[in-house]
Amino acid sequence: MADDEGFYVELSPNPTRFESVSKVTNVFFDEVNKQVFAVRSGGATGVVVKGPDEKTSISFRMEDKGDVISIKLSNDMKVLAVQRSQKTVEFINLSEGTDTNEYSQSCKGKTTRIIGFNWTYLNEIVFITDHGIEFYQVIPEKKILKTLKTVNISVNWFVFLPESSLLLLSSTTLGNVLQPFYFKGGTLLRLPKFEVDLPVTPKPPKLCLLERDVTMSNIYGQVYIIVLRHQQRGHANMGAEVVLYQLQKESPAKKTDVLRLNMSGRFALNVVDNLIVVHHQASKTSMIFDIKLGGESHDGYVTYHLPVLAPLPIKPFKLKITGLHVPTHTQTTEISCELYSPNWIVFQPDIVIDAKLGCLWHVHLKLEPLVTMIPDKTRLVDFLLLRSECKMVILSVCKQALVPGHQCKLSTISVVFDKLNQVYRNYLEMESQAGQADLGIVRGKKRSQAVIDQADMYTHVFSVFVDNKDVKHKFIVAVLMEYIRSLNQFQIPVQHFLYELVINTLVQNNFFYQLHQFLQYHVLSDSKPLACLMLSLESVYTPAHQLALDMLKRLSTANEEIVEVLLSKHQVLTALRFIRSVGQIDTVSARKFLEAAQTTEDKMLFYTVFKFFEERNLRLRGHPRFVPGEHCEEYVRHFESTFGSESLMVPMVTS
Amino acid sequence: MTNRSCITLYNFFVYNSNFGPREGEEHKKILFFHPADTNIDTKIKAVGLSEAVVKFTETFSDKPCDALHTQKTRQVFLQPEKDFWMVMTVTIPKSETEKDGQTHIEYHEDDVQDSVYGAVLKQAYNMFKLFMGPFTSILKLTNVQHLMQRLDHFFPRYLQTLRLGQADIMEVHNGIQFLPLDKNTYLRIQCFINLIEATFSQVKYTAFLYNDQLVWSGLEQDDMRILYKYLTTSLFPTALESEMCRESPKSGGPLPPITSSSHFGKYVTGPQNLNDSNNLGKIPHIYVNTDTRYEELNLIAYRALSATVCLMVEPTSIPGFEWYKKIDAFLGPQLSTLASDISEQYSKRASLPSDQQFKYIYFNHMNLAQKTTIHNRKTLSAIISPEIVRLIADINASFVKTEDDAETVMKTVSDCWVVGKKSDQREFYVVINQKNANLIEINEEVKRLCSTHFNNIFFLD
Repeated sequence: MADDEGFYVELSPNPTRFESVSKVTNVFFDEVNKQVFAVRSGGATGVVVKGPDEKTSISFRMEDKGDVISIKLSNDMKVLAVQRSQKTVEFINLSEGTDTNEYSQSCKGKTTRIIGFNWTYLNEIVFITDHGIEFYQVIPEKKILKTLKTVNISVNWFVFLPESSLLLLSSTTLGNVLQPFYFKGGTLLRLPKFEVDLPVTPKPPKLCLLERDVTMSNIYGQVYIIVLRHQQRGHANMGAEVVLYQLQKESPAKKTDVLRLNMSGRFALNVVDNLIVVHHQASKTSMIFDIKLGGESHDGYVTYHLPVLAPLPIKPFKLKITGLHVPTHTQTTEISCELYSPNWIVFQPDIVIDAKLGCLWHVHLKLEPLVTMIPDKTRLVDFLLLRSECKMVILSVCKQALVPGHQCKLSTISVVFDKLNQVYRNYLEMESQAGQADLGIVRGKKRSQAVIDQADMYTHVFSVFVDNKDVKHKFIVAVLMEYIRSLNQFQIPVQHFLYELVINTLVQNNFFYQLHQFLQYHVLSDSKPLACLMLSLESVYTPAHQLALDMLKRLSTANEEIVEVLLSKHQVLTALRFIRSVGQIDTVSARKFLEAAQTTEDKMLFYTVFKFFEERNLRLRGHPRFVPGEHCEEYVRHFESTFGSESLMVPMVTS
Repeated sequence: MTNRSCITLYNFFVYNSNFGPREGEEHKKILFFHPADTNIDTKIKAVGLSEAVVKFTETFSDKPCDALHTQKTRQVFLQPEKDFWMVMTVTIPKSETEKDGQTHIEYHEDDVQDSVYGAVLKQAYNMFKLFMGPFTSILKLTNVQHLMQRLDHFFPRYLQTLRLGQADIMEVHNGIQFLPLDKNTYLRIQCFINLIEATFSQVKYTAFLYNDQLVWSGLEQDDMRILYKYLTTSLFPTALESEMCRESPKSGGPLPPITSSSHFGKYVTGPQNLNDSNNLGKIPHIYVNTDTRYEELNLIAYRALSATVCLMVEPTSIPGFEWYKKIDAFLGPQLSTLASDISEQYSKRASLPSDQQFKYIYFNHMNLAQKTTIHNRKTLSAIISPEIVRLIADINASFVKTEDDAETVMKTVSDCWVVGKKSDQREFYVVINQKNANLIEINEEVKRLCSTHFNNIFFLD
């Protein structure tokens, strides 16, 4: 579709639908289980929970005990926690059918106010209050909570990163001292706090760093605290920035990257496939940043990044509505959704919710359009290699780079191959290390899509490319050699099908001398199939015979093949000399040699070979006769009829 | 002891009997004759004699006549193209002895080997063909006068460079020395050449040499063989000489221009000074694939340190001086790096201890690969006695007569052993200087040499 081309960010095609916010319905989202709660009339007319799949979607009723502030299910969905006041959280065991008996837990201290709570582990829950943290274990059977730990610290607001069980608290008046905590199976670990530098400190001091400007996310396996820094007043030219702090275990989080937005106004952030997607409401555009894609650094500590591409809007989204609003028609109608709507709320890592429409989307990245948007192919491949669903796109980039129209320079192709093979090499290394470390444990880590091996390149790129009549054969050979060079440089053994491709291309274009030179320098590694291929070329290129024999000799496991080759060329004596030189004279079949000697119709040769084997028989068995198992009767007869039976060796009679 | 005279060139001529078939027109047959100042009668007689010999011998053999032995001279014949004959006559070395007050002159016929001087003649033709094209092609494109002009232009200078006294088995093999290299470096060179040809589409073929050793040839084997000979025996030594002269400027003379670039690349053939756009330098024309496509190309050689890239370009497609500058900017830095990487590898290999017990020559007919330790690498002249070198050529001449594998072991009066082996398309000659050795010991020694040096090829001993 043509209109697909101009967008690189899109919303998931099948959003999770839920009842939209209204006078009677309140909607909540739980970041831990990614569940949307639609609470009708305080729960009395039903609570509909929509999770990412069927299993996490349920509905139930509960008593209306006032307005719900927050509502979250435990990880196993057996216990429901509802906050209806600033002081207490109530619990309902859902597993026992309609057990309406609630139990509750109030926060400690008279003036304490609960800011929020989160399930951290199976039955563990943390309350974040303005005075600190209260960490509890819920015991549903007894309908009680047990205090695990409390921490006293003044709190403005908090951010929770469920996949890493990390909690980040904002403290001090300015709110810019951030304190991370790490939860692990009933324990709570306090990590070093750190301070976010503020553009200006207001006098008198007031809360400057706000919850909406801070998020946490996993990017390339590291936890980052992402802080949106708005432009300062009076500095209209300076756009807003996103500052990344990398969380450290032993030391305060480190400021590592700054993303230059070059815009100002309201922003929202998602992290998709390790890219930071920044949505800008005013311009209704989004931009992507990749912290691994380089940038400039002035001091060696902080790297400044520009967007990978110019900001572009999210691809327009049409929502399918089935008959709901138009009851007389059963067919679906489509309505365009307003993008960057004020009703949008963004959650980590990639969730966008429109509470008014009743939609939850995941933000997706479209890689195909990027191929034409990033003209620099090496940068494009760098970018693609870091994406999770990249294999087919990279292969199509490679394919395109080789054929006329979009053909790249050989130097660019060379760099691209090196990039692919670097990843390929790292994977092979990891694999062999894993193999050595523990054979029993199957590594759970899936092979990354960025690992593009020789078979992938062959199937999707080279086999198509060599058949393209518009490509010059010189270029084909150059590209294949470039790939083989790159593999060799990364010490990756080249597979036979690539050699075959090179050889076939050279042979089809009569580049025999070039092929000869490649073999001379062992660019094409020795193998039996390659030797056989060379033998088949002898009729069109004589030296191929010598090359094949040399190769078979080097393989040292192909002595039988060498004998076959020599006998087929009627070089019976050479074959015998060879077999003698490798010390296998006692085991070879006499019949094979006699047959070959007979077909030459060279009487002297036949005589010589016959006598040679008579002597062998004598040495091995003490008499010169051939035994029936050797099937040499025919040749004995031939010998007798040619030279007379008196010419046969007479066994020595020992007295 | 007496002093033997050297082998010298007596005459050298090219003729075609069809050009002057009638009596009185004999001179028209002669296309080229050396020495030029020979009187016309002598020329006609020499051609007439050679015609007669050729005709006479035709009655005995299907193969044309190779050589004519006389007491004082040796004449070798070559018919390189139909009806065109090339003949070269060399003098037989002689020595004078005083016996009973009488001067006695002895001619050493065995010093001159047919196969060696036949090869020298063949090479003279090949060299002409490389630079001027085949006789028949010249005739087809122009006329007899033009052909004679070209012969006159080429041969007098070429014949001066012949070193007849030093001609030996190497002329017969006329092989190529390849540079031993590891696979990765080879692939880098290969890809570098591909890159040159992809970037500069005017370049049709490329050859890569390191010192006098070939690494890659885009030309076909037969053409490369001739070009290799030219590069290693003529172009490179001359370039090196002129470089030596330039590098020692006389005091007070102008200093050599300091190039701003950080590489060592410069043109061997082509512009010598990249700031002087008026002087493109001398660029040889060569003719390749004369049997098939008949291509006329410019040979542009570019060197950095010890590595030389020969670019073969269609004469009509060279865009001009800027192109040379671009090539220089592209080749210079990359070739310099490659050259220094190769030299690192090369020095490692060279420092390996070599067996000094024996000297050898190896030649493979299939890829023309040649190795020798009986010749000086720089001057290419033999470093062992000429008698022994001649023995090798004799063994070689006997090998040519048979298709089968063969082996010859010889012992000289000076107690030196010369062993020649032929396995399929490969020849191997060893000279062993081992006093009081017997045949069995020498046979064992050669066996050992073969098994250590040829374990990776199919070479039967």
